[in-house]
Amino acid sequence: MEKTKVIDLKGICKSYGGDVVLDNIDLYIRDKEFVTLLGPSGCGKTTTLRIIGGFETPDKGDVFFDGVRINDVPPYKRHVNTVFQRYALFPHLNVFENVAFGLRVAKVKNNEIVKRVKETLELVNLKGFERRSVATLSGGQQQRVAIARALVNNPKVLLLDEPLAALDLKLRKDMQNELKALHDRTGITFIYVTHDQEEALSMSDTIVVMANGKIQQIGTPTDIYNEPKNAFVADFIGESNILDGVMIEDYRAKFAGFVFKCLDSGFEKNEPVDVVVRPEDVDIVPVDKGMLKGTVTSVTFKGVHWEIIVDIQNFKWMIQTTDYCAPGSEIGLYIEPDAIHVMKKSEFSGMFGDYSSYSEEFDTLSAPEEQETAHEVAGE
Amino acid sequence: MRKKTFLEKAAAVPHIVWIVMFIAAPLLFVIYFAFTDANGTFTFSNILNLSNYGEIFLRSVLFALVATAVCLLLGYPLAYCMSRLKPSTQKAVVLLLMLPMWISLLIRTYSLLALLDNGGLLNSLLDKFNLPAVKIVGTRGAVILGMVYDFLPYMVLPIYTSLSKLDIKYFEAAEDLGCSRIATVFKVALPLSKGGIISGITMVFVPSISTFYISQKLGGGRFDLIGDTIERQFLMNNNKNVGAAISLVMMILILISVAVMNRFGDDDGGEIIV
Repeated sequence: MEKTKVIDLKGICKSYGGDVVLDNIDLYIRDKEFVTLLGPSGCGKTTTLRIIGGFETPDKGDVFFDGVRINDVPPYKRHVNTVFQRYALFPHLNVFENVAFGLRVAKVKNNEIVKRVKETLELVNLKGFERRSVATLSGGQQQRVAIARALVNNPKVLLLDEPLAALDLKLRKDMQNELKALHDRTGITFIYVTHDQEEALSMSDTIVVMANGKIQQIGTPTDIYNEPKNAFVADFIGESNILDGVMIEDYRAKFAGFVFKCLDSGFEKNEPVDVVVRPEDVDIVPVDKGMLKGTVTSVTFKGVHWEIIVDIQNFKWMIQTTDYCAPGSEIGLYIEPDAIHVMKKSEFSGMFGDYSSYSEEFDTLSAPEEQETAHEVAGE
Repeated sequence: MRKKTFLEKAAAVPHIVWIVMFIAAPLLFVIYFAFTDANGTFTFSNILNLSNYGEIFLRSVLFALVATAVCLLLGYPLAYCMSRLKPSTQKAVVLLLMLPMWISLLIRTYSLLALLDNGGLLNSLLDKFNLPAVKIVGTRGAVILGMVYDFLPYMVLPIYTSLSKLDIKYFEAAEDLGCSRIATVFKVALPLSKGGIISGITMVFVPSISTFYISQKLGGGRFDLIGDTIERQFLMNNNKNVGAAISLVMMILILISVAVMNRFGDDDGGEIIV
């Protein structure tokens, strides 16, 4: 059964003093969905969220909520609540009163307020924190109060603006799981803004990738990762080698001077394309058995795997492998047909997906002695 | 703690000399005169006779309270609106507000007198339109008006400072949680600018209770306030002992009121800017 659209954005444009922030955004969000707006800073994701929340009005286009146009409805009349970046908890109120704020404004009866605040604080694992001042809480705890403050009002839609950005890595992972669980338990539609692709992949039902004020791709996490629409998406989500190629005919793509079998079709004969090969999908084989061969230029230990940069005809590939290859050695590469993804050319073609700057970056970023020890470890 | 070098100690000397000469010494003189008679013998009579001035004390406190309340009621909305303007406009408005503070209080009071007096600008304008003249100078209202006019910036500026430092996110959060614009002012802006309100109240109340000129001019000499009485004791009656006693009591009154205000604003008290 088709779930109903809770929020529908139609042709939204927004610019600030001549800078176009949103360029004709069309997006709908279904009931009970966990949608993530993902993109680099300045891509328009937060502005989109603020338009849904009512803090910005679009220059052009319409915002619909449950089928009703809400362009001119102020935030306090929308059935939407927001978890703000850096929380914006009221410093003059304690935890209980912060969470109770919305209910008090709505003139809910006092015993009902006490009950609902208690329940919600339990839901976010903050039982017993009622009387604490918000200034004494840790970042993670403040985050939970901010979530409770929004959730207690039973909004139809919860907006989250980079809620985990200020937390450290470990806590961020825990909160990701908690947020996902909260979403499942409450059945509230979540619209989540982040620039962290891993966060987006692990939490969302649907990811909306944005860049330059436009939506680049909408899809499930697996779609976005496996079938990126253009070079920007392929590069932003995960690591990718993006090569200039030609689609000779259906199921046959030519790149890096070699014709590969692939699973893609529907292109014109000899159409120029972008080809994506994920670093984990490349197999390392002896030189004589490889489809491509190249020289290893650098090796980095990443814990789970080695990340090696291979120079093939002056294009630097990134390959993730569990087999160690010494820098300077010649290796062969083998690529399965299902590891190849072909994309149409786009405005982003040629901007991403080459790791030739990678080793230089590494040189300048790490101190010399650190690099030496890295090589020593690599040598063992 | 590190020991201070000779130079650092020397740098404090002018300041200490200043404090001793112009703050501590006058204070000691006031205390000395308050507890002596004209011949310099120790006495409590100055203090004990102060009950004669009870009415004046009461009136001064009352006038100062009313002026402070009016300043708060006028000043808070003004400060709030200022804090929501565009940053460039804010600067211009602050400048406009500070401009009168660069002019002597006496001159400002005189110009108010020139505007409101029986033959003043207002009444001659009314006369032109054949309207009956209004008598403002010489009423309680005129004294309050003078105080409000002179001290309003001292209320607006500290409140404006604390409001303009507030993160806009607090207002957005309140709106997000169902507060209308007006409700946001009462539920968020007001409690979060408490520090500014308290310094504003202090900064208006203290000069209002001790002023010695506004009432003389605008009140037409009908409403004696503490400040006027002290001035008269020193300059006209040449009775510095009674004058000192009144000053001492007033200082204590002010200290108490400041202490009370500070208790309210313990979390982030001083927002005083001048």
